[in-house]
Amino acid sequence: MTEFLLILIIALALYGFVLNKSKANALSEVNIMHSQPHYHGLYSAFMTLVPAIILLISWSFIVNIITNITLKEFFSDVTDSGLVRFYTDGVIAYVEGSSESIIDHVGFLPAVEHYQSLQYNNKILQFIVILTLTLMFFRYSLKFVEVQFKARDYIEKVVIYVMRASAVFAIFVTIGIVLSLLFETLRFFDSVNVFDFLFGLHWSPQMAIRADQVGSSGSFGAIPVFTGTLLIAFIAMAVAAPIGMFSAIYLSQYASDRVRSYAKPIIEILAGIPTVVYGFFAVITVAPFFRDMGAFLSFTNMSSESALIAGSVLGIMIIPFVASLTDDALTAVPRSLKEGSLAMGATLSETTKQVIIPASFHGIVGSFLLAFSRAIGETMIVVMAAGFAANLTFNPFDSVSTVTVQIVGLLTGDQEFDSPKTLSAFALAFVLFFITLVLNVISLTIVKKYREEYE
Amino acid sequence: MNKISLRNKKEKRFQLYGKTAVLVAISFLAILLFNIFSTGISAFKQTYVAVNLNIPLDVNKSEINPRAELNKSFLKMFPEIQSRTERRAALSLLSKGAKYEFEELLDKNEGKIIEGYHWFLASADLDMYIKGTVKRQGDTAGRIDENQMKFVDQLESKNLIELQSNKYLLSSADSREPEMAGIKGAIIGSLYSILIAFLVSFPIAVMAAVYLEKIASKNKFSDLIETNINNLAAVPSIVFGLLGLAIFLNFFELPRSAPLVGGLTLALMTLPTIVIAARAAIKSVPPSIEEAAIGMGASKVQTIFGFTLPLAMPGILTGTIIGIAQAIGETAPLLMIGMVAFVVDVPGGPMDASTALPVQIYLWADSPERAFTERTSAAIMVLLAFLILLNLTAIYLRKKLEKKW
Repeated sequence: MTEFLLILIIALALYGFVLNKSKANALSEVNIMHSQPHYHGLYSAFMTLVPAIILLISWSFIVNIITNITLKEFFSDVTDSGLVRFYTDGVIAYVEGSSESIIDHVGFLPAVEHYQSLQYNNKILQFIVILTLTLMFFRYSLKFVEVQFKARDYIEKVVIYVMRASAVFAIFVTIGIVLSLLFETLRFFDSVNVFDFLFGLHWSPQMAIRADQVGSSGSFGAIPVFTGTLLIAFIAMAVAAPIGMFSAIYLSQYASDRVRSYAKPIIEILAGIPTVVYGFFAVITVAPFFRDMGAFLSFTNMSSESALIAGSVLGIMIIPFVASLTDDALTAVPRSLKEGSLAMGATLSETTKQVIIPASFHGIVGSFLLAFSRAIGETMIVVMAAGFAANLTFNPFDSVSTVTVQIVGLLTGDQEFDSPKTLSAFALAFVLFFITLVLNVISLTIVKKYREEYE
Repeated sequence: MNKISLRNKKEKRFQLYGKTAVLVAISFLAILLFNIFSTGISAFKQTYVAVNLNIPLDVNKSEINPRAELNKSFLKMFPEIQSRTERRAALSLLSKGAKYEFEELLDKNEGKIIEGYHWFLASADLDMYIKGTVKRQGDTAGRIDENQMKFVDQLESKNLIELQSNKYLLSSADSREPEMAGIKGAIIGSLYSILIAFLVSFPIAVMAAVYLEKIASKNKFSDLIETNINNLAAVPSIVFGLLGLAIFLNFFELPRSAPLVGGLTLALMTLPTIVIAARAAIKSVPPSIEEAAIGMGASKVQTIFGFTLPLAMPGILTGTIIGIAQAIGETAPLLMIGMVAFVVDVPGGPMDASTALPVQIYLWADSPERAFTERTSAAIMVLLAFLILLNLTAIYLRKKLEKKW
């Protein structure tokens, strides 16, 4: 029914387009019109299509809400909100034919009946109301084909309005992120103290699965998770910073154009490889390698999920970030500075160390910060290669956990939305979002400021 | 040693550091790729065992119990079998999927005599032994014990074990049996997600880019949008997953594990990438062309749609393809919205439960079954092939369509 309605509306819009356009065409044979004929056609099409689609979307939205509220009434004796959701989903799936299982609850069959009648009435009502309104708009739009009518101006106004809405959409995404994280985080802090979360030394959310369990409050001291994240990110930087920076120096100062044109894209491929691939690489290649190395050096207390494995693979992944951003910073240094130094008799390495690097220092720091924030936010490598148990340690051979590992661990699998265990993932994500945001803002400002210095 | 030669030595050393760094970075890439390819290439072949069948013409094929008949025929090849343990050992060399192949064979030969040797899928354990993934130690190899090894040796001596191309890998969905598991379901799921992500993010991103570059006047508000987009581009992908979870699943109550939700989440994630690329492309269109259009009496919107966007399109498309390539490989946000379930059916539409290719890789990599390792690598090879294809398209577009002004 809805599909039929949609097709009907589109047909109507097309008809309006053709009708208005031909009418305007006829007019333009003898007059000089303000707008070209196809704008008159578009005007009719827009007038038919835009209100109809807005109506359709808001209609289905409202019906959805009504359905949910009325269906929940049938299961008012069930207290668990997740179970109610499961029941109502079951009713909808049963009526729509995607499932044939009848749920064992007194309210189920009445609910099915209710939903069927609701759907039936809704379809008819929707069809009549929306079609009538659309027809009215359609009729209305046909009246305006005149010489002086500014169809183009109206169309352009709509187009610009759509563009502005698209740009503002980005802000809504950010607001959405902040609100959705903040909302759940505040709920989390209802049951767990903020300071216990931020400064507590013990993290074991697993204990809070059932309310009647011993130690049901769990412990949500996130310090071990934060230190684990930092440890792995620092190991990653220890791998990526020297390799990335020296490659950037070599490629920007020493390499011939030919070498540069091959080597740079090859290094950048490292950034294009999906992180799940690195995770797999860490598990099947790097972990056994480190284990053999450990055994060779008679080093027995190395964990198979040690921070060193995850950190070094993460480091490989962020090499191109460091390399390309540092490269940008180095090449942005004016030639005159470099040539002046060379002319004074300094070797290229002395020039690099004493002139170019100090002159591009901001840019290099900015690139390091950006790479660091990547390392903190990276998920798949650490999920696959690091452990889930959050140990408070700075020993790179021990197993540590990170913020992202905890989020994935807490939110995949069975989840109940009211337990602090699930909500703690949102609190962690909020901290992660905040820290990466701060790092990005700082590094973007540094890079921008420094770029302006030489412009 | 004098000072100059000391300095020159330092210079040489410094240059060597740089060269080493580049080589190390490239060799990491080479090791990574070599590893994936060397473990994955074997997954494109699969072990088959020949079974001597003899089904006469007068038997009604629809009345045959395929499993029992196949087992009987297989056991007939080893007349010396006495005990039940031996029988079970022999039968475990065949895959559970062999039954389906046999059914297919029966269907195809309705009303004909079936006789002679036919190839049937071997179990994953035998497959790994034949491929040499597990090494033979005495009379055992991995999970193949002495009992089974007797039969394996017999079959091998009669040339009744063969490696054939793996038709399951690309044509079936996930399975508990490694030898029957494939990535078709995951590929379809990925394609649906990516299609939705593209359809949602591309128009919004291009419109936003045009607005920021051509229409918005420089003020606090447009600055806010701009910094906002730059920062969104650097938000960790898992945060977008949580956004998808909170908005699409909990608020709009869309179905879990559906490519639709995955696509919408990926769309939010790729949006800033495309906006940034599109802005750069729009900026590179020379103002003289736009001014000429305006001078001829075109309105601003007419100039944008008639001249600026068509001229900027190669750049916009290149950026879009790169953003889409990123989204194809993205795993973390999909885990958050539940596209990580074990799905045995190929999804029929964007609302069906499904996984995506990178998630399938994650699931298989996590599996304790060793036979999944090579299939994981094979799935990675397919994923990388997709990415290479996309990037080549981007390079081709840039070379072919980009104009130098």
